[in-house]
Parts: sequence; C-alpha cells; structure tokens
Amino acid sequence: MASIAQAIRMALHYGEENMGVKDIFGQDVGAPLGGVFTATQGLQTAWNSTLDERGIIGMAMGIAMAGDRCVAEIQFADYIFNTMDLLKIAGNTLWCTNGQIQLPMVVMTPVGAGIFGSVYHSHSFDAWASRLPGWKIVMPSNPLDAYGLMLSAIEDPNPVLYLKSKALMRHKGDELIPGEPADEKELKAMIDKPVQNADGWKPRWPELEKYMVPIGKGKITRAGEHITVVTYSRMVHLCDEIADKLAEEGISVEVIDLRSIYPYDWQLIKSSIEKTGRVLFVNEDTEVTNFGEHLAYRATQELFYQLMARPRVLAGKNLPGIGLHPNLEKNSVPQLHDIESAIREVVAEVP
Amino acid sequence: MSKKTTVKTGGKAVAGKTTKKAAKPAAKSTVKASKKAAAPAKKKQSFGGLSEEILLRMHDLMVKSRVLEERLIKIYKAGEAYFWIGGPGEEAWGVPLGMLARKGSGPENDWLHLHYRCTPTMVAMGMTMIDSIRLMMNRATDPSTGGRNFSSHYCFPEWNVAPVTSPLEVQYPIACGTAQAQKRVGKGALSIVTGGDAGTAEGDFASCLILASRKGQELPVLITVQNNGYGISTPYDGQHGETHIADRARAFNIRSRVINGNDPIETYLALKEEMEYIRKTGKPSFIEAMVTRLYGHSSADGANKKPALFDPVLNFEQRLIDAGILSEKAAKKIWEIYETEGVNAQEQARQEPVPTPESVWDHVYVNNENADWRKF
Repeated sequence: MASIAQAIRMALHYGEENMGVKDIFGQDVGAPLGGVFTATQGLQTAWNSTLDERGIIGMAMGIAMAGDRCVAEIQFADYIFNTMDLLKIAGNTLWCTNGQIQLPMVVMTPVGAGIFGSVYHSHSFDAWASRLPGWKIVMPSNPLDAYGLMLSAIEDPNPVLYLKSKALMRHKGDELIPGEPADEKELKAMIDKPVQNADGWKPRWPELEKYMVPIGKGKITRAGEHITVVTYSRMVHLCDEIADKLAEEGISVEVIDLRSIYPYDWQLIKSSIEKTGRVLFVNEDTEVTNFGEHLAYRATQELFYQLMARPRVLAGKNLPGIGLHPNLEKNSVPQLHDIESAIREVVAEVP
Repeated sequence: MSKKTTVKTGGKAVAGKTTKKAAKPAAKSTVKASKKAAAPAKKKQSFGGLSEEILLRMHDLMVKSRVLEERLIKIYKAGEAYFWIGGPGEEAWGVPLGMLARKGSGPENDWLHLHYRCTPTMVAMGMTMIDSIRLMMNRATDPSTGGRNFSSHYCFPEWNVAPVTSPLEVQYPIACGTAQAQKRVGKGALSIVTGGDAGTAEGDFASCLILASRKGQELPVLITVQNNGYGISTPYDGQHGETHIADRARAFNIRSRVINGNDPIETYLALKEEMEYIRKTGKPSFIEAMVTRLYGHSSADGANKKPALFDPVLNFEQRLIDAGILSEKAAKKIWEIYETEGVNAQEQARQEPVPTPESVWDHVYVNNENADWRKF
C-alpha cells in the first residue's frame, strides 16, 4: 500500500501528465530533495522556489491568473502565516472582479502535531483556513483520499488549500489507488528515489487512473448508533481506534471523516446526528474560534430538538504553541484518552 | 466646479510655471527652426524622434485621462461616490505605458499588474470614460468589479489587465507568476508591474526582484516604480536609505534606470527600449519614474489640485503648442470634447442599475457554485 506521501506524489504525476499541471514548486520541492516529505520526488514540473512564502503564493496566483495549473507548497503550515493577506486576495479575486478572474491553484502544506515537532512544526491551519472565503479546503486522512482529493483540487477552477497531516505522511491505508501495484515493495522500487546512488535516477510511474474524491463530501469510517464523532485528517484514526474499543463495550460510535473543511458535508453530519442524537467534534487546532465550534453552533441551531446531549468540541488547547517535550504536546492536542473521555461523557449525558 | 474653471485655473497657475521650467528647450528650438526653415527636422529632434501622430495621440490621451480623473473627483465631491483614489499627475508616465503594451489576452500578450494610479494607462489602452465612472459610482454595469470595489481598481482580462488590489505591492510577485507562463509560451510577451515608492518597503517588492532575476531562470518582467515622493502623508525622505529605488535592482543584476516620468517623450523612449530588451532577452528590467502626485493621495486628504506642483499634461501641451504641432484652439477643443464626454457618461451612469443585495453571493466560487454554508 502507498503511503500518503507516495499517494500525493502519484496524484501530482497524474496531474502533470493528464490535467495540465505545469508548475509544482516551493522550497526544496524540486530535485535533489523532492520535498521534505518526498511528496514531490521525480516529478517533471517540480522546481525549487526561493525561501519566500509570499513569493511562492504570489507566483502561484500569477501562474493561475495566466491560465496555467500549478501546485505550490508551503513547506510547513507553521510558515504560511505571513502569506495570509495573499491567501485572502487569492480567495477574493474572483469575487472582487465580479467573476472575471479565476485562480485555479492548489496550495499544499503539512499541518498539525503528532511528530513532536515543537513550536514551529506543529501548527494546525484548518480554523484559519475556514476564514478564507473563496478557497476550498481539504484534509485527507488516508492515501486513497489523498490521491482523489489532490486530483479534485487540481481540476477545481477555484483556489484549493490542501492540508496534509505531517504525522500521516508515512501512513498507509487499506485501499489501493487505481493503477497502484499491489506489492508495496514494487511501488517503492518504482517511485521512491534511492537514498544512495541516486545519480540519474528516474521514477517508473505505474499506469495510474483518474480517481476523484469530490470536494465537500465526507465519509463514514465507522458506522454507529449512539454518538456521532465528526473529525478529519489525523484525528480520524484516533477516533476510529476509540470507536473500535468502545464497540466492545456496546457503545456504538459513528465516525465521520469530513475530508473537506469548506465546503463541508452538512447533510452527512445532519443525517448522522438525527440518528444518534449526540455529537462530538474533534480536531487539533486551537479551541477558541475553532472550526468545530461553527459546526457545533450549526448543530445546536438546526438540530436542537433532536439532540439528547449538548454538542461538544474537543480541540487543541488555546495555547501559544505546542511544546516539544511529549508531556507538553500530549497535553496540548487531543489524545486517545481525551477522545475516549469526551465520547463517554456525551454518551452518558441524560437530557 | 465646471470644467472650464478647472482647466483655466490649472492652466493659469501651473502651465505658466511649468512651461518656463521645462519647456524652454522645445520653445527655443522651434524659434530657431523657423528662422532656418528646417522646422520639421528640428521639431522631431526635440521630441525624441517621435512622429507628430504619436505626440498628438499622447497629448490627446493625457488630456482625456486628466479630464476623466477630474470628473471622478467631482463625482466624489458631489456626494455621488464614497471614495476617490487615482493618478492625475501620472499621465506622462501612464499614457506611454498603455500605448506601448502589447494588448490582448493570453500569455502571448503583455500582462499588466497595475496599482490604483493607473487611469492614464487604462485610458491609453482604450478604456472608455464611462467604464471608469461606472466603477467610481459602484454601478452593476462596472466591468471591472460590478460595483464591488473602489475607484481605479480596474480589471480587464481581455487586455490582460490584472485586478488592481488595495494591499500594496502584492502585484509584484504575482507579476512573476504571469511572466512564468509567458516565458513558457515564448512569444516575447512580458509582465509589467507598477507601484508607488512607499510600497517598495514591503517584502513583496524584494520578492519580485529576487524571483525575476534568479540566474538561468530570469523572468520577462518590467518592474517599475512611480516615485511621487510620498506615502499618503509621509515624505520619501526619512523612509529610504537608498539614493534611488532603482539602485536596489542593480544588486540583483537587473538593468535599471531612473527617468523623468513627467516627460512623456523620455518615458515613451525609455519604455520602448526596456520593453524591446525584455522581449529580446527574456530578462527583467527596472524603471523608476519620478512623477507628480497632483491631487494628493486620495479623497481622504481632500483631492485638491496642488497648484505649485509640476503639471505634466499642461506642460506637454504647451510644448506642442510652442513647437507648432498643436494649436491652442485645437487643444482647447480636446479638453472640451472630453469634458462633454465625462459629463454625459456621469449622467448615463446615474441611470444604470446598482448591484442587488442578493448578488453578494455571486462569484464566491466559479460558475456560482454555492458557497453559503446555510445551503450545504
């Protein structure tokens, strides 16, 4: 099975071969490194930008404005904050020009904690991103979705933020990407650059097929009856694990992998809450003005009389940063036991 | 204030002064030329070899742009618009730029990443007065923004005119992006970027210098700065350590020059030369044009004409009159024609529809895909 990094790489290859992607760029995105997580190794159109996040986003906007497709990378979301007004402009350009100028660009950036990345390799960006109207925002949790969402992002005529969990870059799923060889060693030999003796190396790409995950569509990863847990990206796996554990006790947890932050799959959330009457929103961005709060607000407003318990948001603590020591990180972003406790509380609440 | 008053006041107060200062050489050579009965040759020499047709065209467009800007200010002062910002005083820079740009859509034509003092360039490219007035009066018919944005925030994709943004300097790295696409196509097109002197303090300006000049990956960008000596109220002196902003380009091996942007001849010739260089080499070039901010920053500081300042339109007009290329009568007629056009355009724009409240959701996404979460 491909890792998420390999899935992104294959999607970008498919994009440059079949979907008109002409520039894949960012710091260390081109040869020799091919991205700090190897997600851009061996790509024809990958090139190294200057160490300048604003320059990267500005270039991407110009390339898109001229009508070419591009995928730009900010090496870590921790360093995207100085591009905020450019992201805002990219999001409002179509609107400000009354529909005249489209910016079909993809910006991908690794997000979140989980690797003990200290203060500046642990930031989340989903709540910030949700305040950038005009953008679409996706957050895959597994390789197949990573592939399908990247192709959808490339094809979309709007700017798309592709937030990839850095802790999931080596995560392998349980579904093959269409065209991916079943033997992961074979895949590795085909598309991973050797660590040594890599002079003249070129990837041998599998015969990949088009596979799209529609932006705005979530997925139920665990079906259940007693509570709905809405999450995305890295937290999906933690929530699934707890759902499996609680199932043994007879607590039936439905987990929704939202996959897209905006537009988001309200109908899926709504139908699930109508069934369970209880909901917990889980993500690792800081808790104040968190995207989960918006969803909790909406659940309260629209489903109030069907709820059996108060909707909850479990998110990162509202701290200036995530400290390096495991004691600090683990007490800053939701852990398995936090999720388990929150689910138990919501399930136990009596109206 | 009527058009006549405006022109008369401006002409009296400024033309005399500026003519004395800057138009002397043109006047002298004309007199000399008539004595020797070799006027055409002398005339051409004194105007940089530009044809009378180009000179008269430039004058016509400069007057048109000025009349339009003054009309916009009047619209603001009459309470028919919320805000004015524009480029009166930059006609000698902006008009030649608009005349020389390779106009059209697609990467085989020039891209223009302009800032909000670019009305002269847009007029020279063919923008009608009413389209600027529609923007000023936030009509639904405004072709640039549909009534959504401030004056002078033009956008004309059919001419590769990128949307003017209020945040300063973001246009500089964006220009590198369009240049990247143009370079790929290889048809000698370039991306032109303009901005003010104060904005060069933003990091995006440096981003552009770096991105455009990387060895072996140079981009066809004409990087320009219009130095009017102010950032809103803050004078240039005290904010800059460099002698010229153009000097910064040299550090990146970008060829650069400082020109008198108040002289349309010097501007025309410099732009033509630099554009040809970029089209031929695919490498960037830099022009710092010294210009006049004739009506202040915006309506926020009054939008009143500063009579003591150099007026490039009246100065150029006087030079043409002195050289016998333009008669006073013909000049007067040009001002009158455009004044009438402006008045009529304002009258027409008044009658045109405004954006509807429901239209706020239009164009958040392409093809009006729903962006309202209430409807997800």
